[in-house]
Amino acid sequence: MSGDRAVLVRGARLLGGEPADLLLDAGLVAASGPDARRDAPGDAQRVDADGLVALPGLVDLHTHLREPGREDAETVETGTRAGAAGGFTAVHAMANTDPVADTAGVVEQVWRLGREAGWCDVHPVGAVTVGIAGQRLAELGAMADSAARVRVFSDDGRCVSDAVLMRRALEYVKAFDGVIAQHAQDPRLTEGAQMNEGELSGRLGLTGWPAVAEESVVARDVLLAAHVGSRLHVCHVSTAGSVEIVRWAKQKGWNVTAEVTPHHLLLTDELATSYDPLYKVNPPLRTAADTEALRLGLADGTIDAVATDHAPHAVEDKDCEWEAAAMGMLGLETALSVVQQTMIDTGLLDWAGVADRMSARPARIGRVTGHGRPVAVGEPANLVLVDPAAVRTVRPHDSLSLSRNTPYAGLTLPGRVVATYLRGRPTYESPDIAVAGAGAVVSHG
Amino acid sequence: MTAPAIRHLLSAADLDHAQALTVLDTAAELLAVADRPIKKLPTLRGRTVVNLFFEDSTRTRISFEAAAKRLSADVITFSARGSSVSKGESLKDTALTLQAMGADMVVIRHGSSGAPHRLAASGWVDGSVVNAGDGTHEHPTQALLDAFTLRRHLAGGSGDLDGARITIVGDVLHSRVARSNALLLSTLGADVTLVAPPTLLPVGAASWPVTCSYDLDAALAKSDAVMMLRVQRERGAAGGYFPSAREYSRRYGIDARRMAMLPDHAIVLHPGPMNRGVEISAEVADSDRSVIVEQVTNGVAVRMAVLYLLLGGSDQLAAVSP
Repeated sequence: MSGDRAVLVRGARLLGGEPADLLLDAGLVAASGPDARRDAPGDAQRVDADGLVALPGLVDLHTHLREPGREDAETVETGTRAGAAGGFTAVHAMANTDPVADTAGVVEQVWRLGREAGWCDVHPVGAVTVGIAGQRLAELGAMADSAARVRVFSDDGRCVSDAVLMRRALEYVKAFDGVIAQHAQDPRLTEGAQMNEGELSGRLGLTGWPAVAEESVVARDVLLAAHVGSRLHVCHVSTAGSVEIVRWAKQKGWNVTAEVTPHHLLLTDELATSYDPLYKVNPPLRTAADTEALRLGLADGTIDAVATDHAPHAVEDKDCEWEAAAMGMLGLETALSVVQQTMIDTGLLDWAGVADRMSARPARIGRVTGHGRPVAVGEPANLVLVDPAAVRTVRPHDSLSLSRNTPYAGLTLPGRVVATYLRGRPTYESPDIAVAGAGAVVSHG
Repeated sequence: MTAPAIRHLLSAADLDHAQALTVLDTAAELLAVADRPIKKLPTLRGRTVVNLFFEDSTRTRISFEAAAKRLSADVITFSARGSSVSKGESLKDTALTLQAMGADMVVIRHGSSGAPHRLAASGWVDGSVVNAGDGTHEHPTQALLDAFTLRRHLAGGSGDLDGARITIVGDVLHSRVARSNALLLSTLGADVTLVAPPTLLPVGAASWPVTCSYDLDAALAKSDAVMMLRVQRERGAAGGYFPSAREYSRRYGIDARRMAMLPDHAIVLHPGPMNRGVEISAEVADSDRSVIVEQVTNGVAVRMAVLYLLLGGSDQLAAVSP
């Protein structure tokens, strides 16, 4: 790591466009184009970015860092380090920790741990209800006013299913421009649910998680948000029907945003036939028709953001029978590759579109300042360099996460993050990055 | 074409037509052993079969025990109640223990669907895995013994079940017996009809190789055999799947009146344990059309065949395929 040393990125294709130079200095994009090389200090680190795409640092709206409480599965340190390796410069830490992030004290602790680690800016998500128990509102205002400046509130993992409580939460956060990020899941329709309900769940004898359990809550919530004139964000949209409802709500002009996970863009419920709990996740993997609708929804902007729902689990919580296993999968280090495969390589989005869905829009939804900005002179130097021509086979033990529950193990995915910069400081450099000091180009790693 | 040899029996779908017939034909030969004064064969001497039962099931467990003992295998029965994580030892650690003891075959009954698949695919054990009932998924040896019983009564005890009309009635949603039978009986050429209240038919059952119906009376006259599934009373009032056990019984139970609607040659099966007065009346259960007790006898022979074919030689199930 090179501290405050300036970085001259040479020949990167900004948002996939024409190659140009970028100078990162004093935490900002100091110069671009021909000016960059001219202005670069003599001791600047020079990065040969020939063939690499430069994107603004990615922003994740949905990360489980597991600290406090499950430091055996992940910590703020390891999770944000994995995030940096995946190209992220800011992550939203979900509230379902132990203790739950439902007070100013807990969110400030998580925020401070993020600052100390320094790999990504950590924006804690506050719980909507005390203990995410769905009974009464947590002190949302105190969390908003804390040093963590919480703007996103979610009981993720559980649904705020009580309509009155959801209404009050939506209303209350208007006072500080907050947003309620809903995990849409009707609890009664999903008691004991194990996988997507369909022909396959019937055949496998696993209790079904029907699409209607998500869609009925999304429909209710967009109506509530319209009624009270507040901001709703729908977490991990997983069904074609939910995409239609969000599209309809946006056409109405309502203030509704939505995210999709990489795994719901790529993987389908067919994987459950192995009974391997690596593929157990909530909401569950859906059908090929759903993944297609999600991709189209992301392409046309109905779905605003890709969010990882990075959910680390200790080995013993996955190394067991399906019904006993925990729900969730890793996502930070593979998100960009999965998006490249499902959206870029299919022609549905270009790199500018990816920057919009993985950086600009999630930053806007989370009201995060200093991230999701254009890569332009005077802006914060939050940047990721991607080699889109690389291919890699995912090996769980390569992960910087403490956990190993990646559903992509053994899959070959396109693209590789080469370097990530947080305010001009490298937070990740791949072993094959071509860097040089004030002289010859050397490879290190 | 030679079908691939199978190492495990996890699903009724693991058996193709020829393999299923091999099991039934072998069971027929082994059934004769039960009539001998000495009921034991030396075939599996020195082999170890572990019965790993995470769920109470006296009848299936003793059926597998009897089958293994008649083939002279060493039998270890391991009753580990409760699932992993919440209670006691995990499936993995239990499996590793059995592996260390040198199990040649693990017969597993588990409350979680897919647990036998995990055991077979995980590398935790080297031996063959036989599914003795997993959650609401499958129970392939029950389907084999049902097919064996049906064949004796409807097909003269040989060949397949081509054209036989089999009606399976009751809680299909929660029944591993129904899933395995739908697959195996279809493989053997039977026309299978599932009859249940709509709440107890799984989503997607219409795409199974069966006909689905809500009307028991309409199905009976066209049935060569009717198989009644156990219905737990708790699925009613508390579970909300039907209004009451009484209403269930009226609409989907078999009693003397309904039995009279069957063709003269038709038989009645039940995998047990029965809820007399709910899905089957005592009059029907004890009638001469009922083959319920015979099912138990056939169960031992069919399980002997499965053990013999999976352990007796690696290519036994493949060798006879046409």
